[in-house]
Amino acid sequence: MPEKDTGLKIELSKVEKSFNELKVLKEINLSIKPGEFIAIVGRSGCGKSTLLRLISGLETVSNGLVFTDDQALKNIHPDTRIMFQDARLLPWKKVLSNVQIGTKSRGRGEAKAALAMVGLEDRANDWPIVLSGGQRQRIALARALAGEPRLLLLDEPLGALDALTSIEMQQLIETLWLEQKFTAILVTHDVSEAVALADRVLVIEDGTLSMDLSIPLERPRTKDSKFVYYEKKILDRVMGGKESHLHGAVTRLSRTM
Amino acid sequence: MGRLVQLIKNEWSIWMIPLILIILWQGLGQIGLIGHDILPTPIKVLKAFYHLSADGVLWENIGVSAKRAIVGLIVGGSIGFFLGMLNGLSRTSEKLLDSSIQMLRTIPHLALIPIVILWFGIGESSKLFLVALGVAFPIYLNTFHGIRSVDKGLIEMGKVYKLKSFHLIRSIILPGALPSILVGLRYALGIMWLSLIVAETISADSGIGYMAMNAREFMHMDIVVVSILLYALLGKLSDSIAKFFEKKWLQWHPNYHSDKSR
Repeated sequence: MPEKDTGLKIELSKVEKSFNELKVLKEINLSIKPGEFIAIVGRSGCGKSTLLRLISGLETVSNGLVFTDDQALKNIHPDTRIMFQDARLLPWKKVLSNVQIGTKSRGRGEAKAALAMVGLEDRANDWPIVLSGGQRQRIALARALAGEPRLLLLDEPLGALDALTSIEMQQLIETLWLEQKFTAILVTHDVSEAVALADRVLVIEDGTLSMDLSIPLERPRTKDSKFVYYEKKILDRVMGGKESHLHGAVTRLSRTM
Repeated sequence: MGRLVQLIKNEWSIWMIPLILIILWQGLGQIGLIGHDILPTPIKVLKAFYHLSADGVLWENIGVSAKRAIVGLIVGGSIGFFLGMLNGLSRTSEKLLDSSIQMLRTIPHLALIPIVILWFGIGESSKLFLVALGVAFPIYLNTFHGIRSVDKGLIEMGKVYKLKSFHLIRSIILPGALPSILVGLRYALGIMWLSLIVAETISADSGIGYMAMNAREFMHMDIVVVSILLYALLGKLSDSIAKFFEKKWLQWHPNYHSDKSR
């Protein structure tokens, strides 16, 4: 039996995915250590979300195998939680009942504790409709973490938030990840978000892994010259190595941090 | 102009037009522009209403009609809801049943009256059958459509959180389909009264429709008008009940959300 209190170990071996004739992912090999924070970056339509959905078990591979804790994945792993770009709260349930869905006992006590974790315990009796986008994502995060997952998959969860809320959420995710030590995989198109959070950044291009870069920076990360160095390196790769266009993009991105 | 706008903003303004019409009707009747054998004045109608309710005939007939309506609604509504759920949840059952239901739906069910009378006679069951048949289709269609248009993202979320099928239906699919089901219910309530009126007018020995037909034979225009108005009031009442449930059950919905519920 693997240790329950650490993150899930993930292994992908020659994973391929096609939709009809179209090959979205080609021969992906990847291993993720328990408790690691991975960011997957790429342009839109590169297959990064598909990769995340394969790891989650929401989609099945066309070829190859996905292993969680050395066992081939057949269905959604019970210790996996996913956060999507939209919070996907049930609009007909009050905030607390929404979080209750995520707890293992489906009890109110655990749900309240999870709400307190994201600092929204005072909104327990509100309808989701009255909350702001950022608050809804925090509730979704509370719901995801309420069941003490060993793998948290994040499918651009900050993509629809404004810059300030997004930074706040990044810090919250980082803090809770450091506390709970689950494995985290973040899919994003925002390179600086990836550098701020991840131990390792993967770049996907045309369905293949084109870069696998460790970010050995200390946490919490500040936007210093090393940070910008990694950011530029990854961005260059994403944009296909055309340096001349990138200077402006990098400085624009640094301003949003 | 400003005063008129103020008047329309007032909550009672929905009654303004009906009130004006009634006053006009009374006036025209009194000066003889509307003949008494064509349309009795509102005061005469009120008098007829008073006499009918005083000797109990009115309440008895309303009771009989309301019972038919409610039983028909429950029977037909349950069938429609059940079939809607079944076909909404299962593609196989949709494939097998939906086109048959659609074919049955297009038959104007009032055209079935001759056959219904032959099958069930003119007793209670023929009326129940017509009401149930009329009510079932709008409930079926809206339940089916409601279930199919539940946000796929929410269902996916439910699967990630390992909600089992019963739980998934109760917590996600049914509440998601509820707005549409309630629209179906409101529509069904309209059809319920319509079917009942026709059934009672053609063949009955009690009920509001019977009261109207009976009065017609004796040229009691005032009772005919009372019956028609009763249908209008009952229709409005059932619509208000449906609206009440919409407000109560759909508090979470942006269209029904009011700041009071916060």
